[in-house]
Amino acid sequence: MNVTIVDYNSGNISSVINSFKEVAKDKVNIEVTSDLSKIKSSDKVVLPGQGSFKSCVDALNKINGLVDTLSEFAINNKKPLLGICVGLQMFADVGFEEIETKGLGWISGKVSKIDNQNGKYKLPHIGWNEINITKDSKIFKDIENKSHMYFVHSYEFIPEDKNVVSATTDYSSNIVCSVEKENIFGTQFHPEKSDKIGLKIIDNFINL
Amino acid sequence: MLKNRIIPCLDVKNGRVVKGINFVDLQDAGDPVEQAKIYSDGGADEICFLDITASNENRDTIYNVVEKTSKKCFVPLTVGGGVRSVEDINKLLNCGADKVSINTAAVQNPEVVVESSKKFGSQCIVVAIDAKKNGDKWEIFTHGGRNNTGTDAIEFAKKMENSGAGELLVTSMDRDGTQVGYDIDLMSKISSIVNIPVIASGGVGNLDHLVDGIKLGNASAVLAASIFHYGKHSVKEAKEYLDSKGIPVRI
Repeated sequence: MNVTIVDYNSGNISSVINSFKEVAKDKVNIEVTSDLSKIKSSDKVVLPGQGSFKSCVDALNKINGLVDTLSEFAINNKKPLLGICVGLQMFADVGFEEIETKGLGWISGKVSKIDNQNGKYKLPHIGWNEINITKDSKIFKDIENKSHMYFVHSYEFIPEDKNVVSATTDYSSNIVCSVEKENIFGTQFHPEKSDKIGLKIIDNFINL
Repeated sequence: MLKNRIIPCLDVKNGRVVKGINFVDLQDAGDPVEQAKIYSDGGADEICFLDITASNENRDTIYNVVEKTSKKCFVPLTVGGGVRSVEDINKLLNCGADKVSINTAAVQNPEVVVESSKKFGSQCIVVAIDAKKNGDKWEIFTHGGRNNTGTDAIEFAKKMENSGAGELLVTSMDRDGTQVGYDIDLMSKISSIVNIPVIASGGVGNLDHLVDGIKLGNASAVLAASIFHYGKHSVKEAKEYLDSKGIPVRI
């Protein structure tokens, strides 16, 4: 099996690579590339994302044909794709970080700044927070409700259809921190930095 | 609910841990990779490396250490010490650091903070503020606490937030190494003026100091070195203690 981590110059993806390689061992081949033909032929795709919504979308668009290839993979061919952090946020129609920016539009909704309630909540939301699992998601197999995951973000994904939400976390409000829509998965938290429990989520994705 | 973080810090010199954990079962007590792994297995919420390598020839040793650690530890890894430029930050991130802390360079050339947070995102830029009390204010020291810049620490903290820092690592130079506790006034003043998380550092001698840093200093995270190093307390003990005092921690 081939799992491709999309390398589109979206900032630091070393930790994502390390964690997937740790879980995959020798059983699964982990590719790190933006090569369109390799993405097309892989079994699963991971879309990481760090920095701002705009910078990630811009970086995706900069690689000719990448967005179309990813859409074909996830939307037409319905193959498993996992978005992490801004990788998840980009599923939205639109993001409001820096400037209004069009997202991939795979899951209807928007990405807005977390309401810090006039400074009551510090931003970024950095650290370990509990997840409230709201629906059975395949990537949560053997993950207990209220498990701690590592977060670092200032913006939140607000999907229109709440049925896609698989977990929320409590910070200022119930922030959507995981989604599952058919073959499309996303986590706002960083499974690659969430210790053994995070690696289990990666393992679940690889073994889908 | 967001948990307060406990961050053990390891001083690394020429690729070796200077003050280490005294664990008998350690094959190589000076190996930062092994020590970081012990901390992460013990429940550390993050690991911090402070590179105190003095000579430029040995600077590259830290990259090797970071690269190896990031393949074994799956909690956030912050690396600081000697970070001068956007290129240094880039190199550390590529080796697997999740955050980079900038001290002297942030004071001498705040543009580094502006540029790097734009380029890599605020989430990985930590500004380390080393402050010392002078009369009724605190002043910023650089070069590992050797140079007094005269810059007001509180104003500087606000400036760094506006420049794009994602977190502030605040160390009291008066308290560092004394084991008498954090400078609570300094921590709470900075924490109340900025809207980004503050990590308290410098002076921890017992577990109550960690409690004070969070409860009185309003820090989001507490960093400590020596109380963990000599087996005085484990990270697990520290967390259980904080929990018993009503502080939310990840257990």
